[in-house]
Amino acid sequence: MKKLTKTSRNNFLTYGFVILSYVVLQAITAGGHMSSMLKGQLVPICAYVVMAISLNLTVGILGELSLGHAGFMSVGAFMGTTTAIALKNVIASPTLRLVCALIVGAIFAGIIGFLVGIPVLRLNGDYLAIVTLAFGEIIKSIFNNLYLGLDEHGFHLSLLDNKLHMEPEGKLIIGGPMGIGGIQKISTFTVGFALIMVCLIVIFNLVNSRAGRAIMAIRDNRIAAESVGIPVTTYKMMAFVTSAAMAGAAGALFAMNFSTFVANKFDFNTSILVLVFVVLGGLGNMFGSIIAAAALTILPEALRQFASYRMLVYAIVLILVMLIRNNPTIRSFFERFRLSKKGGAEE
Amino acid sequence: MKKALSLMLALVMVLALAACGGSSTDAGSSTPAETTTPAATESSTPAPAGAQVFKLGGTGPLTGGAAIYGQACANAAQIAVEEINAAGGNIQFELNYQDDAHDAEKAVNAYNTLKDWGMQISLGSVTSTPCVATSAETFSDRIFALTPSASSVAVIDGKDNQFQMCFTDPNQGSASAQYIADKGLATKVAVIWKNDDVYSKGIYDTFMAAAPGLGLEVVSDTTFQDGNDTNFSVQIADAQSKGAELVFLPMYYTPASLIFAQAKAAGYAPIWFGVDGMDGILTLEGFDTSLAEGVMLLTPFNADSDDQRTQNFVAKYQEKFGDIPNQFAADAYDCVYAYAQALEAANATADMSAEQLCDLMIGQFTSMNFDGLTGDGMSWDASGAVTKSPKGMVIQNGAYVGLD
Amino acid sequence: MSFLDSLISGISLGSVYAIIALGYTMVYGIAKMLNFAHGDVIMVGAYICFFAVTRFNLPPLVGILVAVLLCTVLGITIEKLAYAPLRSAPSLAVLITAIGVSYFLQNAALLLWSPNPKVFPNFFILHGADGAEQTGLELGSLRISYVTLVTIVVCVVIMLVLTFFINNGKLGKAMRAVSEDKDAARLMGINVNTTISVTFAIGSGLAAIAGVLYMSAYPTLVPTTGSMPGIKAFTAAVFGGIGSIPGAFLGGLLLGVIEIFAKAYISTQLSDAVVFAVLIVVLLVKPSGLLGKVVREKV
Repeated sequence: MKKLTKTSRNNFLTYGFVILSYVVLQAITAGGHMSSMLKGQLVPICAYVVMAISLNLTVGILGELSLGHAGFMSVGAFMGTTTAIALKNVIASPTLRLVCALIVGAIFAGIIGFLVGIPVLRLNGDYLAIVTLAFGEIIKSIFNNLYLGLDEHGFHLSLLDNKLHMEPEGKLIIGGPMGIGGIQKISTFTVGFALIMVCLIVIFNLVNSRAGRAIMAIRDNRIAAESVGIPVTTYKMMAFVTSAAMAGAAGALFAMNFSTFVANKFDFNTSILVLVFVVLGGLGNMFGSIIAAAALTILPEALRQFASYRMLVYAIVLILVMLIRNNPTIRSFFERFRLSKKGGAEE
Repeated sequence: MKKALSLMLALVMVLALAACGGSSTDAGSSTPAETTTPAATESSTPAPAGAQVFKLGGTGPLTGGAAIYGQACANAAQIAVEEINAAGGNIQFELNYQDDAHDAEKAVNAYNTLKDWGMQISLGSVTSTPCVATSAETFSDRIFALTPSASSVAVIDGKDNQFQMCFTDPNQGSASAQYIADKGLATKVAVIWKNDDVYSKGIYDTFMAAAPGLGLEVVSDTTFQDGNDTNFSVQIADAQSKGAELVFLPMYYTPASLIFAQAKAAGYAPIWFGVDGMDGILTLEGFDTSLAEGVMLLTPFNADSDDQRTQNFVAKYQEKFGDIPNQFAADAYDCVYAYAQALEAANATADMSAEQLCDLMIGQFTSMNFDGLTGDGMSWDASGAVTKSPKGMVIQNGAYVGLD
Repeated sequence: MSFLDSLISGISLGSVYAIIALGYTMVYGIAKMLNFAHGDVIMVGAYICFFAVTRFNLPPLVGILVAVLLCTVLGITIEKLAYAPLRSAPSLAVLITAIGVSYFLQNAALLLWSPNPKVFPNFFILHGADGAEQTGLELGSLRISYVTLVTIVVCVVIMLVLTFFINNGKLGKAMRAVSEDKDAARLMGINVNTTISVTFAIGSGLAAIAGVLYMSAYPTLVPTTGSMPGIKAFTAAVFGGIGSIPGAFLGGLLLGVIEIFAKAYISTQLSDAVVFAVLIVVLLVKPSGLLGKVVREKV
């Protein structure tokens, strides 16, 4: 009983922190004290936070290393933005249109997540990691060669070349390597905040449910879990698809904060970046993911004073933080503050 | 709790590092990669009384795979600003180039940093995809932007205050097809292009659209991508087996240098035809220039030109940064001088807001003529596209020779 | 492009992947970590050799030796500073640190050597009787470059030497012990730290050789040169069964051949997608790679 209350206390602390940050940031913005640089980063930070907590579901809770998470973000970004463009004359309210786009992005990413999950979840360890990497690259490659247009007859799709046979007034939406351009920037910080809250609620409730305990049992010992009758594949798939859908919503949110984006944005490096957030924040630790995603998104911008040494300093900071976080002395120092033993999320 | 605490500790360390590192920044300003810090520009040339100092900002890839283009622009713009400031005219500049790592998201961040700094006029972004993103911002913030090298149409499309110093991509594609047909260089043509790159794709599209009407038959059409840009044996063999007499290469010179070497090894020697991205191939360190013998390209800039201004610029660039400038650098250099001319003509003062300057600049740029390193008598139409004549060049004995 | 031409092209591309994958798989096999900085050590090795040969006018062989030596030192330094303190940390922490090291090397190279590409000299040119330069063997209409031949020979030699080294001798035995079970190895009096350091030293030395051969085949050298072959070699290593040395060789060659065939017979635009799709299919049929050890889970 004590453990449960502690978990829910931690969860409420996380909710509280997110809400408090939102209120404080909104107050600063309203007061006009927010720099353009920080203001421009609010939505991307929200998107990266969602990416981080969704990947943490796969890596931290389910215990499978995924190196292709940006692929789901890509699916969400392309599908969500297409939806928003197609609905331009149907739904007047930009916020409502954004919400529709996020939902469509999440659904498509979830479907792709399911399809990818069928082969991926049969594998283990590094082999699973490389297959997710492969899927990420395949998704990138396909979007780089995909052309999608819209005219009065509906959507026209073409792979490899943009011979879409559209009516003259038809509009090209996805232009292969050009990605999507001329996007109306409808993403807002408030929707981003709402998305983080929704994802947190979903994850926390999933983790504390019967399904969540089953998922963690699979992570800790698959064979033991299987032997007590837990349907391993079903639960693995449940976590994986949820994670993919959230990444899709994050992708849609991210895409509609810029006037243009291309498929190459969502490459292996972006997947790795999100993985860095997760590992730095702590596996299974949602609060840590949020902090790490926000801090590491701002860090390269805060380092602009180093001019050309900026990315070098970033690399050094990254290495040092990893070393310090895993230093046994510092660890045992904090160990003393630990009241009760947490689950095996550590390893 | 432990994790949260250790995380906090890590964050504190990050901030401490960022804070204590600040003072040591200027120590390394001798590296070529260093961007001009505003302080450095100002202190080297004290502005004469009555001079107007304008805050000029730009973003470009100073790190990452495209760093060569961003650094060329930042370096050349710095040279131009130093020259203008040293000449002591009425118009003086303070330059701030920020890194965007060839990424739209980071470009918007960099742009916002510049906005916080108080940028009045902008050099846009160096590469196309980031520039499409920043141009949307400069358009809505009413800051005038003149990009040196972002050649995609989407950069200026529908935005009245976005101007380009380089040709737009479609322009280059159709001009290349026209040139090949007019000179009767070939009828069977192969194209090798980079299908995840906006620049390459833009030129490819218009080239393909123009070719059939001009009697050019595209017999081979192959591509490559990032991470897949080292082995061109399939593309070369395809062009060779289909009897292409000319191979059109809408790409930058780095992959092109590999194509030339591999084609030579395969015993294939067609006419090579490049675009402005090919410029720079002769200055590639260690490159066997005989491989590029006979390569034709349309380029607005020629570092070997005997034009006095070009020679001065090339000498200064080499002395300061150790490399020979490419056309990106020349375009950025021209941008700063075009600004100086326009601001002078408009009697602009430094206390004007970005918005006021924006209106003045739109008026000036659509009416003025500008002579720069990349062309004489350049003019701009209201769309923001530049009109200048590309020079057809051919490489002979390791140097450019005008084709006409 | 004829079938045989494609095959030879594929082998020459694959031989480069193979030699990079050897270093990858060796470090993974012993230290059980994915060294994402391996590709960047390759880049550093290539730069060192380039400068040794072009600036200091050293003979190519000496240049390669200098590169191997300096890369070995670099590998040991990285290992001591960045990886050794994380010996007891979860493996993902080491992975992230390796990514940090990779960023560091790339950006340091950018500052030191500027982003302007350098063209690597081709060491593998023979001068014929008439003084003409020959870069490859002509067999009728087929052509195979000396670089490819040398790369394959070097690959095979390295493979044999590594296999011999690991299977025989005290240090090799220690390596195998460490890879089986670190704690048990420590109890047996094996110095785990030294063993892993030696592994990194060898891996980095191999990276320098791989860098020189890679650059001889595809001579454009930039600070980001290492990132592409890094990913491809990682893929090749997994393809062949990560940790298996002959597997890395086989995986690299197959990856190159598949890539060229995909370009020649399917589409140059989608070749990467095809390569990765084949990889997925192979892993589904053989979940631990072509030559990987099947580890039975003990219950």
